[in-house]
Amino acid sequence: MDKWTFGLTLTVVGVGGTFFTLWILSLVATLLKKLFPLSAEDRAPNKS
Amino acid sequence: MLDAILNGLGGLTSGATFLFTQGWQNAVMLLVAGVLLYLGVKKDVEPLLLVPIGFGCFLVNLPLSDLMEQGGLLQTLYQMGIANELFPLLIFVGIGAMTDFGPLLENPKILLLGAAGQVGIFVTLLLALALGFKELDAVSIAIIGACDGPTAIYVASQYAPHLLGPISVAAYSYMALVPIIMPPIMKALTTEKERVVRMASSKKTVSQTTKLLFPIVVTIVTGLIAPKGLPLMGTVMLGNFMRESGVVTRLLKASENEIANVATLFLGLAIGGTMEGHAFLKAQTLAIFGLGFIAISMDTVFGVLFGKLMCFLTGGKINPLIGAAGISAYPMAARVVQVEGQKYDKRNYLLMHAAGANTGGQIGSVMAAAVMLSVLKGMGMI
Repeated sequence: MDKWTFGLTLTVVGVGGTFFTLWILSLVATLLKKLFPLSAEDRAPNKS
Repeated sequence: MLDAILNGLGGLTSGATFLFTQGWQNAVMLLVAGVLLYLGVKKDVEPLLLVPIGFGCFLVNLPLSDLMEQGGLLQTLYQMGIANELFPLLIFVGIGAMTDFGPLLENPKILLLGAAGQVGIFVTLLLALALGFKELDAVSIAIIGACDGPTAIYVASQYAPHLLGPISVAAYSYMALVPIIMPPIMKALTTEKERVVRMASSKKTVSQTTKLLFPIVVTIVTGLIAPKGLPLMGTVMLGNFMRESGVVTRLLKASENEIANVATLFLGLAIGGTMEGHAFLKAQTLAIFGLGFIAISMDTVFGVLFGKLMCFLTGGKINPLIGAAGISAYPMAARVVQVEGQKYDKRNYLLMHAAGANTGGQIGSVMAAAVMLSVLKGMGMI
């Protein structure tokens, strides 16, 4: 594999892979928020 | 008897003789060590790293000390924790323990700013290849754009150990220069109207269960997508899980303080030990510093441009300046965004939103490195 094929492949897959993973994580974080909404206990002021 | 005395005296003067006759590179590096110590002590530039790096550089360039030879102090530290990547990973546990993902979880879509803030890594990769660096050297140099010292050290120590010194110093130096590098780019790429966009104030909407599960889910998702980066992400998320669990206070404190401090000291000294004159004083060191500057600048450019895109897509609900915080460099980048935002509207409080983008940048920078390593593995390069 020549240097430019290497560089362009790593760039395309790298940028795409990073965006894709963080997009998945943002969806998962949104899902977690929906599954585990803020409870009364969470709203209470921290005693510590 | 006289010969023995003269030979003994020769042993006492051999270091100075070497320095003044054939050790010009050592002499230059002693000056470089002085500059690093000056920046750390007097200018407060990343002192926790630059002081031990500067002192390690100082020690290794005093001639004939053999500190980086087999069994020498700095070589032992290098083998203990850099050759096997232990020290950066221990520091990552501490970083995870200190990081609050709450602001990010309040508005998860700003995680994407953390991805945009890593594009400079890949632009720099292409530039490094164009300058003639070998593939794995170019990857290691490009990772300076992660704006995350331990990530840069982790990658460089594995794939370009001969460039570890300049890459580490460039990474930490430019991270300290974020308040100088970012503002002109932020101003140049945004309009006055965009800079004064006020974002809705953050209300607490994230439960403790969500905060507790987030590090586990991130570890699983990223570990499945990019297994080669699991040591990086896994250690950050271990620290964060301990923080959110609230049941291991002693381990948390130790991770944030003693362990991270000892690892930082040993890491800095060992990196300084790689800065021997003959290895450091090369044209490629200057090229690495230039590429590091480009990497961080391009990260900022793409972060702000993506912020503008999100501003447009949300009908002006996101201030594009927070995109700059997606470069990582936690937490300094978020503070810079807050300061810059208030230059144009004193009542605009962007800090929490920028902190969210900034922690997104932390995840993004580790993820970019993880993706790179896994792609390299897939291509059979490592």
